[in-house]
Order: sequence, then structure tokens, then C-alpha cells
Amino acid sequence: MRQIRDPAPSRLEYRMKRLMLRPSMRPFRRYGIPVIALAVLAGLWAGDEVRRENAVAFIAELPNKIGERPEIIVRMMTVEGASPELAAKIRESLSIDFPVSPFDLRLAELKEKVQALDAVASVSLQVRSKGVLVVDVDEREPVAVWRSDDGLVLIDTTGYRVAALPSRVSRPDLPLVAGVGADAAILEALQLYDVARPIRDRLRGFIRVGERRWDVVLDRGQTIKLPETQAVTAFKRVIELDVAQDLLERDVSVVDFRNSQRPVLRLGQTAIGTFYDGRATGLNDDG
Amino acid sequence: MMGDIYRNQRAMRAMRQTAIQKGVIAVLDVGTSKITCLILVLDENMDAANDEGIGNLAGQEKFRVIGAATTRSRGVEFGETTVLRETERAIRTAVQAAQKMAQCRVDHVMACASGGRPRSYGLAGQVQVEREVVTESDVANVLASCDIPEYGADREILHAQPVNFVLDHRTGLTDPRNHIGQRLACDMHMLTADRAPIGNLVHCVRRCDLELAGLAVSSYVSGISALVEDEQELGSACIDMGGGTTGISIFLKRHMIYADAVRLGGEHVTHDIAMGFKVPMNVAERIKTFHGGVVATGMDDRDMIEIDRESDNWDRERRAVSRAELIGIMRPRVEEILEAVRERLDAAGFEHLPSQQIVLTGGASQVPGIDSLAARILGQQVRIGHPMRVRGLPQAVTGTAFSSAVGLSLLAAHPQDECWDFELPYDFRAARPLRRAVKWFQVNW
Repeated sequence: MRQIRDPAPSRLEYRMKRLMLRPSMRPFRRYGIPVIALAVLAGLWAGDEVRRENAVAFIAELPNKIGERPEIIVRMMTVEGASPELAAKIRESLSIDFPVSPFDLRLAELKEKVQALDAVASVSLQVRSKGVLVVDVDEREPVAVWRSDDGLVLIDTTGYRVAALPSRVSRPDLPLVAGVGADAAILEALQLYDVARPIRDRLRGFIRVGERRWDVVLDRGQTIKLPETQAVTAFKRVIELDVAQDLLERDVSVVDFRNSQRPVLRLGQTAIGTFYDGRATGLNDDG
Repeated sequence: MMGDIYRNQRAMRAMRQTAIQKGVIAVLDVGTSKITCLILVLDENMDAANDEGIGNLAGQEKFRVIGAATTRSRGVEFGETTVLRETERAIRTAVQAAQKMAQCRVDHVMACASGGRPRSYGLAGQVQVEREVVTESDVANVLASCDIPEYGADREILHAQPVNFVLDHRTGLTDPRNHIGQRLACDMHMLTADRAPIGNLVHCVRRCDLELAGLAVSSYVSGISALVEDEQELGSACIDMGGGTTGISIFLKRHMIYADAVRLGGEHVTHDIAMGFKVPMNVAERIKTFHGGVVATGMDDRDMIEIDRESDNWDRERRAVSRAELIGIMRPRVEEILEAVRERLDAAGFEHLPSQQIVLTGGASQVPGIDSLAARILGQQVRIGHPMRVRGLPQAVTGTAFSSAVGLSLLAAHPQDECWDFELPYDFRAARPLRRAVKWFQVNW
């Protein structure tokens, strides 16, 4: 006859089943048992040294394997929004050996590197499809040449250094500023440069004096001293005087507008001589 | 003295009340051939009459069956546990399967037993009403005044139910409280059973970490579920034909007034078949359930039943018996059982009842043609009683074999008043601590 197993549960099994059916055991049945079972399985699997090492090696190798796939690997870099010189500089500073796995590219570090370049205002790096690393650069626009103790430097509207300049002649289109603090007040200098349009062929540059006011230097050693405040207005008045009465054409070495209420002219040597001569001879003497 | 008799019952009643508070109770029918466990959810607010055939009149509402399991009984003979360990295992199997189905742990269980030679006693008591209105203490007094006969030292009281109250000359009162009268009398039906089988059953249940919340006689509870209301009211007998015993319970005015058991059952029929055809018991059981019957027709001579004896069939012998032969073996035994039942009914005075409906239920009543056979032996009004419909009961557990389990669940949901449900009169409460303290003061000061 067929052997039939005793269907009756053992006393222990019966008690365990009843324990499991307690209402307080419900969360344990629902979450505890699966978690324990998974942990036990994982523990049994990881009990073997070789298997564990293999797993670690596999996981370590995984990014490389994925990164070397043709769909993902980065093959080239394009620089957008930069002049050719700056682009060359960026390529040089990044110095990436293509092709490279995207997992090896640390975009944050690369971004810092590019950002460290003076001519770069802001930059964003992206790995786009088809394996292209796009460096989108916002380049700084040089607006003036600043002569300081360190030599000639190109600066942008914020006064930030863009690049060094070997000689003034290479950028004659930009105004020259000089003096300590000239970079901080560069916007005012640019306004002055704008106002100086009628005399631009005579203009030599702007000098920041004592980090508070501007001197406009023309050729023939002429200097226009401007006040600390409302320098542009004062400079406009000088230009108007020049247009109306050829003020600057005359032998005037300094036009002192520091006090707008009381402008002062300093005459050149010749003019002084002429002035005194005329006085002596009474040419100009009305009285 | 009296408190001592009912102490176990009071403890079980307290258990039942905790179970009702918890809302989950199991019923366990330990029979000779099978053990059934049902798990019930009791809910007072469960709305009735949503399911077809479930009404609120017959006490079917307010509970729902959430777990049901049946297993083959082991170590039980004539409804009495003989091998405790085996019975305990069988109970464990049934309870665990039912718990698994219910997804719920059950701690309290009501059990019913069919063995233990149940014996009925009719008791009468009489008291004067203290004031003119009958109070609860009067009822308790009259119940306590019933003189308890010598029922034997090795027997246990299973039921003691007040059946009838008489107030002065008015009889047939079910609840005399707040009635006006002077002399209160009562009739009580007391049922006893052998202490040893009951104790064994209790022991088995305890061994399964379950608390016993009630004990009932299985013929009584199958009467609750198999008889319809009119039958209970007008008088009828429920014949619970089990595997090892055939229980008899007589109902009148919705109360059980008599219960008895014949120690013959369906397993004897199986045994006869096994002996007659020389087949193992399991084959005989199979033949009985598939082909059995008690009324032979001419067709049955040609209806051949293949018997393949697995255990000793070395030469691949094929044997066939006609169904008429099978009926020829089964019928005398079934007749014997029914004759024995007839004797008990006659002894109980069943013929004096206003209605003499006989309802056959239990597993052995599934034999085809037994109702016509029973009609010839027991009287004309015979029917097969299926258990009442109960909410949530699986289809497999709705047969006649499960009427006692269903009846027990009905009893669990709507307990019948028992004698011990009433507070004891003062005489028996001397053991109360406060009263003892008062007495101490009276004596010493």
C-alpha cells in the first residue's frame, strides 16, 4: 500500500504557525521574513572569497566596459563661442586624449580649468550625443588697455584682466588707461572715451589719479584734470569749449576742471612768454 | 456543593465571553470518523438578509465563517477519545488548516462530543416568590431548588437548561421575570455524560494551546442546525447518524427535552462491508459512499461493482459484486441502528409529543433510500435534515455530515440559557471575600 505521510503538524510547527498568525507578527511576516531571506541568500553567496573578489572586479570593470562602447565613448571636443586663439588655449589647458570614456571625464574639474583662463567669463561643459564634448564659452570682450606696473593688459568692462598685451600698437582701437584703480573705474573711462570723440586723434589716454579721479592726457603734453564726481559732464564742457573756442589747440598745458565752478588753465612755456611779451609791449593790454 | 458542580461551566462561560469580546471563536466537532473545525467571526452589527437564505430569525446572522477544515479523525471510537495523542494530532491538523484559511489565530474553541453515553434527567423545582414580582434572583432560586438526582460520581453535567417555568397555574413560560405571582416552579433538563471521555477531549484541546469556551452534546447542536423552527416548537426528534454513534435529541417548545445516543454508526456498516467482501476498510468505505444503498431494486442485481483489492492483490484478480449484494449487507445494519433508535424514542415517550417529526442528519444519513427505510421503522414523518445556511460557509461543508459543526457555531453565536448563567442564590456565595470579611467582623467584635 502507498505510504501516506502524517498530515498532522508537529507540536512545534503548530505553535510556530500560531505565533506567526498573531496580529503583532503581521509586519514581521510582511517585511521581516523577506528581508531576512534575502540577507541570508546574499550572505551565503558572499561567503565564498573567490566569488566576492570576482564580484568586486566585475563591478570595478563595469564603467570601463560601458564607457568603451561606441554609443557612449567621447571622441572629440568642440569649443563654441570663443575666438580661435582662446579655443586653442582651452584645448591646450584641458589636454584630453580622445577617445575617452565619459566616466573618466570629470566635468567639474574641467570646468574649473577652463574657468581659470582669464579670457573666459563663464563656461558650460556637456557631453552631447555622438560622443562630442561641447565647451560652451562666454568670452570676455576687451574694452581697454591698462598700463600698470605689470605691463600692458587688456581688460573688459568689469575691469577684469583678459590678456596681456605685448605692445600698445597691437590694439590701437582701444583706449589706454593707466594708474592704480583704473580697472575698477573702467566704465567711467569708457564714457569719457565716448565723449572724447572729437579729439580722439589727439587722445593719448586716461590716468587714474589717487584712485578717485581721472586725468585725460592728450598729445603735446596736455592734461585735462577732471573732478571726482560728474567727470563726464565736466569733460563734456571741456570738449564744448574746445569745439567753440579751440581751447585745446592753444598752448595750454593743463586744463584743471577739478573744481567746476572755478576752472583753471595752465599755459605752456611759449604762451607764457607770449603772454608776458604781449603784456610788456601792451599788445593785449586793453587798459 | 452546587457551586462546585458548575464551576467548570462557569469558567467556560467566562472564556466564551472573552472570545465574544475578541470576536473570533472556533468550533470543533470531534467525531468518530472526522474532525471539523470552523472559525467564526462574531459581530453584533453584521447586517442580516444580504445573503440569500440568511435571515435574522433563525440566529444565522451576527457571525460569519472565515475558516473551515475537516480532517480524518484518529484515535476516536464511539465518539470517545481512546488514543489521546492521535486525537490531539488530528485536532491540530484541523485547527491549523482552518487557521490558515482564516489567516487568523484563534484561541478559544467550543467543542462538541458525541460519545460519553449522554443521559437525560428531567428536574423540577419550586419556590415561593420573595416579593410579588418575579425577579432574577427568584429564577436563580428556583433553578437552585431543583433536586439533583444521583447521576453517578464518574459523570459530568454537560447541559442544565431551564425548559419551562410555571407561575402559579400558568405554565409554558419561557421567561418569568417581571411576572406577578407567588409560587414559581420550573422544569429543567439536565444532561450528563461520562467524565472520562469528556476529560480526555478537554485534555486534547488544552494540549493544542486552545482554551475551551464551551462543551455541548453533538446530537443537541445538530438538532439546532437541522431542525426548522416549527419542528423545534411542535416536537421532533433529530437523529444524528454519525460514524461511531447515532445521537438522538428531542426538541419541544424550542428546548431540548431529551437526548440519548446509540453506540452504532456508519463505521459499523463499513465494517460489515469489509468483512462481507473481504476488502480493507478504506475500500469498503469507498464502496459504501459510491454505491451504497438500503433499498434494493431489480436493477441492482445487474449493477456490478468492481472491487480492486490493492493490498493483497498479488495475482491481479478482478472481482465484482452486484449492488444488490452490497445492499444486502448494508440494510440489516442500518435497520439495526434505526431499531435501536426506535427503542430509545419509545423509552423517552416520543409518541406523546404533539408532532412526531423525525429528522435524519449526520454523515450516515446520506445513504440513498434511508428516509424510506426510516419511515417504516420510526414513523411516517421522516426527512433528511441539511444544516442551516450560514454566512461564509464553504460549499464543501454544507452537507448533512456537518450539521453538528454548523449547529455548534449557531450555539456559539446565540448561547442557550443554562442553569449556571443565572447568579447563584446567596446561600452559595459564602465564599465571596467581602462577605467573608463581614462575617469575620461579626464573629470577632
